[in-house]
Amino acid sequence: MRDSGAGVSGRSLAPSGRLRPLPTWSGWLLAAFPATLALAFAVQIPAVSAGEALRFSQDWVPSLGVSFSFLLDGLSLTFALLITGIGAFVLLYSSSYLAEHPQLGRYYLYLLSFMVSMLGLVLADDLITLFVFWELTTVTSYLLVGFDHSSAKARRSALQALLVTGAGGLALLAGLVLLGIAAGSFEISEIVTAGDALRAHALYLPILVLVLLGAFTKSAQVPFHFWLPNAMAAPTPISAYLHSATMVKAGIYLLARLHPALSGTEAWIWSLTVFGAVTAVWASILALRQTDLKLVLAYTTVMALGTLTMFLGAEATVAVAAAVTFLIVHSFYKAALFLVVGIIDRQAGTREVQRLRGLARALPVTATAAALAALSMAGFPPFLGFIGKELKYEGALAIASEPLLVASAAVLANALMVAVAAVVAFRPFHGPPAAGPKPLREAPLRLWIGPLVLATLGLSFGLAPSLIADIFVQPAVTSILGRPETVKLALWHGINLPLMLSLLTFGLGLLIYLLHLKLRAVLIAGEARLPVTADRAWDGLLDGLKALAAVQTEVLQNGRLTRYLFVVFATLVLALGGSLAVTGALRLPEALPPLLFREWGVVGLVAAGAVTAAVARSRLAAICALGLVGIGIALLFLLFGAPDLAITQLLVETLVVILVAVVMVRLPDFAKLGRAGSRRRLRDLGLAVATGAVVSLLLLAVVEAPLNRDVTAFFEAASVPEAFGRNIVNVILVDFRALDTFGEIAVVAVAALAAFALLRGALRRKEAA
Amino acid sequence: MNSLILSAATRVLVALMLLFSVYMLLRGHDQPGGGFIGGLIASIGFALYAIAQGTTAARAALRVDPRSIAVVGLALALLAGLGAALFGDPLFTGQWWFLGASAESKGLPLSSVLVFDIGVYLVVVGAVLTLVLALEEEV
Repeated sequence: MRDSGAGVSGRSLAPSGRLRPLPTWSGWLLAAFPATLALAFAVQIPAVSAGEALRFSQDWVPSLGVSFSFLLDGLSLTFALLITGIGAFVLLYSSSYLAEHPQLGRYYLYLLSFMVSMLGLVLADDLITLFVFWELTTVTSYLLVGFDHSSAKARRSALQALLVTGAGGLALLAGLVLLGIAAGSFEISEIVTAGDALRAHALYLPILVLVLLGAFTKSAQVPFHFWLPNAMAAPTPISAYLHSATMVKAGIYLLARLHPALSGTEAWIWSLTVFGAVTAVWASILALRQTDLKLVLAYTTVMALGTLTMFLGAEATVAVAAAVTFLIVHSFYKAALFLVVGIIDRQAGTREVQRLRGLARALPVTATAAALAALSMAGFPPFLGFIGKELKYEGALAIASEPLLVASAAVLANALMVAVAAVVAFRPFHGPPAAGPKPLREAPLRLWIGPLVLATLGLSFGLAPSLIADIFVQPAVTSILGRPETVKLALWHGINLPLMLSLLTFGLGLLIYLLHLKLRAVLIAGEARLPVTADRAWDGLLDGLKALAAVQTEVLQNGRLTRYLFVVFATLVLALGGSLAVTGALRLPEALPPLLFREWGVVGLVAAGAVTAAVARSRLAAICALGLVGIGIALLFLLFGAPDLAITQLLVETLVVILVAVVMVRLPDFAKLGRAGSRRRLRDLGLAVATGAVVSLLLLAVVEAPLNRDVTAFFEAASVPEAFGRNIVNVILVDFRALDTFGEIAVVAVAALAAFALLRGALRRKEAA
Repeated sequence: MNSLILSAATRVLVALMLLFSVYMLLRGHDQPGGGFIGGLIASIGFALYAIAQGTTAARAALRVDPRSIAVVGLALALLAGLGAALFGDPLFTGQWWFLGASAESKGLPLSSVLVFDIGVYLVVVGAVLTLVLALEEEV
């Protein structure tokens, strides 16, 4: 649409070619924004660890009990710090990674919008506020995945992510509304105190299913996991940020946030444990099958999300503490590894694991960051990953319902993670350098600083476990369980079952790594023989939907205006006439009130116009006759004291005349239309009479019903004192029901833009032909 | 269309219609009128101008792309509604100021509601003209 209307002002609206690249300092400047936010959140740590919760609230829709409110407690603080802290590094990284990209400015806009949406999501204390930010993360994620919009693959992946998470979002909206109704409040901080009542409520099961649908689609649980690996079409810093550290954890956040309200029932425990365990194991197997480093990481992310879901199914303090600790560990090492893969991709020109060897000599800093992150991922002491893993085993064993299932899923998934960590961070860097076309060089500071700091954090927190326990884990666990909890983390727990399981994990992981080339070959062969994959099933679903839409369009909207009108009016007659007949609301007045002479005049005018329009032989005559009908109706409005309506009616009639005059010459020959087969004329006549009859009957029934004047009385009384206006119609439009009006003018504007696009498209096709 | 009478008459008529549309917009809160009606009058004025002088002249007289007018109007209406949050009220609560109010006169009433109505006016003008001008150019 850029070229349209360019001639008007003389100023060029034409595409302005290549934009000037943004200066280097823009990356630092933008990164300062989330960094400052992170500091602001960090200042609140002492208060929050002491058990305080900071609230902010502003009325939004008070009549529905919806407010724009936010809450900072242990759980939201943990997420907020991850979002802003990692966000700062990702922005800095992007400024170098995408420095050459002509649309870097747009990228920053999307990324920062996402960051704000995600922050809003984790800070929201109102279900509707939460939902709005939830949807905003979906939309911004769509824009970011499809950032490379000239690639068909990126567009497909973006749309897939949008549709899967958007469908889950719809389910979530229904679930949240039901939850608000069942709990009697939309404030999350009130809902979490009403857990017992909610679990006994008749709506509990529907609420749970709908909320879980939202959380599982967003957090890529089997069978909705397929969109996440496809979302790797996004630029690598985006994958690091959205699709590992933050957005995909929104579902986990929701489960954690609503834990006190919904958890503890059989349905909760079983659905989370089973879906989480299946996701964790299945994703780690798929991770081993990949050769693209980014895809390997994507599947391990799915595995991590499965593990988190599995542990949130539990009630035990230690299981929930394991989930929180693993969440933090995972964000650190996974974001670091993604960023490392981005560096490898940029410096070596490929992400294919088979073609990468011996990078450590040329990229020493990157290799260090990769090694630190991978050691945490594999869970070696003294990294935070080790503490997380020990805690997971302890938690799994503490789960009362199914300790064996959870523990074996955890051991299997963790062993595969050890192997994957070696594949990602050991294999490409180790060994003799492969002979490449160009000598490799270390990446610039802005690229390696993020992964290095994040990976180092994994080590430092591992060395000082009590720090992370006090700052994050204990306050977060307190919020998730809704009761004060004490959590102590330590590197050394003595020789016990979790330690044994850890040793088993290392052994198993080493074995898998040594065999991984063979296993991968087996998995690739096996995948080809699978009858259906989730991704292919998705394509089938979309194709079916499109075919259905095509059939329906062919039947209802075949391009002939007469057909459109027929469908619309036939539907009107059936819907109105049907409901009048079924409900028995049809009541005819005994006698009509006598009409005044002038009223008879108007009726005659309208009737004459209608008849003339039906029998006219020229289009101009027909339109003039219709104009007569319109003016008659305007007169009626005037006679019955609605001057605003009368003016509007007259103006619209005028506008119609102008529009018709403009398109007159383009319309098909009127006489030809009139000569259409007599059967069709009869059919149209029947429909017209039926429409008129049904509407008349409806109006008579409406007049018969006693008129409730409460609303009118309210507006008459309130208009001047509350809205300072004596024209009630306008006061309603711009004040009492301003939101409705806003929706209407939005529709008007969008309709005009859409019609414009259609007309311009037709014009361009004509010019091209 | 090449009609001397029409083109001479529209020059005067359009100016009058625009003035009248603003009058209808401003008096709308107490008497028949308002943003919607005002917007319709203004857009009919410009549509008339486009018929008499051609769409190029009409676009030049408008100075801005009608699509921009519609979008600016929408933004204005939204801001008028969001502004209420600054005063601690729920969204779309009308905010009023009476300039120079005294015991004997209530002063000049200004309000966010008026801003909202101006937004409605601009959306109607922008949307109708987007359609009319594009239709005329396409045909």
